[in-house]
Amino acid sequence: MEDMSAIVLEQADRLFAQHIDKKVLSAADAGHWPDAPWRAVEDAGLPLALVPEMKGGAGLAPDVGANLIRRSAFHSVPLPLAETMIANALWTDAGGDVIAGAVTLAPVNPQDRITIVSGAAGTTLQGIARHVAWGQQAPTALVLAHDANGKAFLCRVSTAKARSNKMRRNVAYEPREDVDFGGVQLAASDVLPAPASLGADGLMPFGAAIRVQQMIGGMERCMDYALSYANERVQFGRPIAKFQAIQHMLAIAAGHFAAASAAGDALTESPRLGDDALAVAIAKSRCGESAGQVAALCHQVHGAMGFTQEHPLHYATRRLWSWRDEWGAEPWWQDKIGRIICAQGGEGLWPLLVDRPAAVGAA
Amino acid sequence: MRAFRFESLTLPPEADEMRRKVRAFLKEERDNGRYAAHRTSWSTFDPEFSKRAAKAGFIGMTWPKRYGGGEYSNLQRFVVTEEMLAAGAPGGAHWIADRQSGPQILKHGSERARELILPRIAAGECYFGIGMSEPDSGSDLAAARTKADKVEGGWLINGTKIWTSNAHRVHYLIVLARTEPPSDNRHAGLSQFIVDTGSEGIEIRPIMNLSGGHEFNEVFFKNCFVPDDMMIGKPGEGWTRVTGELAFERAGPDRFMSDVRLLVELVDKIGREPNERQAVEIGRLAAHFATLRRMSSSIAGLLERGESPVTEAALVKDVGTAFEREVPEAVRKLLPVEASLDDDDEYSQAMAHVLLHAPSFTIRGGTPEILRGMIARGLGLR
Repeated sequence: MEDMSAIVLEQADRLFAQHIDKKVLSAADAGHWPDAPWRAVEDAGLPLALVPEMKGGAGLAPDVGANLIRRSAFHSVPLPLAETMIANALWTDAGGDVIAGAVTLAPVNPQDRITIVSGAAGTTLQGIARHVAWGQQAPTALVLAHDANGKAFLCRVSTAKARSNKMRRNVAYEPREDVDFGGVQLAASDVLPAPASLGADGLMPFGAAIRVQQMIGGMERCMDYALSYANERVQFGRPIAKFQAIQHMLAIAAGHFAAASAAGDALTESPRLGDDALAVAIAKSRCGESAGQVAALCHQVHGAMGFTQEHPLHYATRRLWSWRDEWGAEPWWQDKIGRIICAQGGEGLWPLLVDRPAAVGAA
Repeated sequence: MRAFRFESLTLPPEADEMRRKVRAFLKEERDNGRYAAHRTSWSTFDPEFSKRAAKAGFIGMTWPKRYGGGEYSNLQRFVVTEEMLAAGAPGGAHWIADRQSGPQILKHGSERARELILPRIAAGECYFGIGMSEPDSGSDLAAARTKADKVEGGWLINGTKIWTSNAHRVHYLIVLARTEPPSDNRHAGLSQFIVDTGSEGIEIRPIMNLSGGHEFNEVFFKNCFVPDDMMIGKPGEGWTRVTGELAFERAGPDRFMSDVRLLVELVDKIGREPNERQAVEIGRLAAHFATLRRMSSSIAGLLERGESPVTEAALVKDVGTAFEREVPEAVRKLLPVEASLDDDDEYSQAMAHVLLHAPSFTIRGGTPEILRGMIARGLGLR
């Protein structure tokens, strides 16, 4: 089983390396959908990696799925691959069939709420979801909507039917559009009661779990660039890696990277990456903090060269700066952790962190 | 960047069972008022506590039964260690002996040393200090000048050790000394000795620390005799032995949990309804804490498998002690307190205790400056 996982990851890694180069990345930066890479990942079955085999997917274990997302982020794959993986896992969990093509998730902001209304005119959606990943280019959105009674539904929505007038990108120039689902008509087969795995925070833990794994992959890339550069760049007659100041910066960055990875590993102990809301809160908080530090330290090591289009470092760091703020920035998750701890009292702090999995479900 | 190994660890059922056992013991200790967690930590020296902990089977846990041990796994010991830390237990008397001196003797000591010393450590009656630093040799341990000269049946030690915690109240020190003159190979010619603090030729001068406590000492050796079988390993192996000992010293959860009780007191003082700033910062600190705990348990897993994760331990200690130093700085802004050891208020006392000990967190067991050099070597930068 372990060997199989290693093969899957190695193949995916090779596929990403083969299809994602500077040309693809700069075209994606300019707003072009990378069609050939998408077809390659689809041919390889990666969008269905987390769907159980009996439902037509690859049924990869959570840790393999997490590593797959890390590798895609290591290569800055400019596609909603992780979103599609999670969307298919949730939709099939709710009882639906796998969805062909790229699938995005909405809403992605805790403040945004989509409502579902059933009446004489059929079933329609209301509401705007802001900053949806590839909100125009992904053909399908998996939308979490609530009815008037607060009951939650997952809806399969063709994005062609929704309105999104303005191109909007995060600082990695990945599409993050405001999508107005108002008046979108749904067929009965496009609406399913939300699975039990979606708790009070809806899609938030699942989206955050994706960004956690992506940040880890992105940080690994930054570290690789910085370690190579430090060993190659000669100043004052020796590689800058030989200077203690540089060594200490990279040692600190390595500590942040190791901590982020450990926090992200915790999510792979649940059946689905977003199941354990407290572990997600801890990981999104810790990884977000690490991401900022690692990006800053690795840029500093690269000097002016890192601040150019020529060096690829920016593909990784601009993603880190985007991802740490998406699906809830650190304070949003920290606030949840803090309130859970205070509700239990001081003596509850240690058992809360140690006696898992009893402590699940950020309120 | 795949330089370091931090795999997830799943604790076996016997470790969970051990957790229940040690929690029951610690609850009983505190319910009976035998120690006050808000002003103690793992460096608090309390021989009576150590004896009770030993009686309950929590010292020398992994050692063979014939040396008084419990033959438990490293993971069972890990659980006991972290529970002691979480409860602020005053384990300072036995901590060093249990954590590093005992394992060092078990692994590399003579049979007589094992038989003489290990059962007494496991009984909570025999304590150790660390004889590494010297007045001119701190972080640069290989510069040690204390020397041991061969005589009939043993060695004569001459020189000075400093920052020797608890030298005045422990039974033995493990002393690093030069058994050959310095050469081009700085790491050659060093050896480790178990030195009885009651021996002739030892003089101990107290050095008060900044909190006013007496832990530090300067220890002078003048023709202090140590028998042959109190050498650890063979002559000239000292550098290997001392780096191995430091791996025990750096690997554990004691490197990020020294001030966890301050967090506990803070949460109690804030109550069930924190304001937003308090909730966010407590959440941030808890995320660091939970993550360090994962990293440290992963090292315990590597140790259990017989590996020697020296660089990973250095990394966890660097990240962990940075966290320990940050805790009081963050906490004081969440709930203002003019800390005092004399206040009745437990939060105020806990803050005072931490402030007065925090500078040592990033010195003892290797400074971040030394650790980062080790990490950089692991990253291929040196």
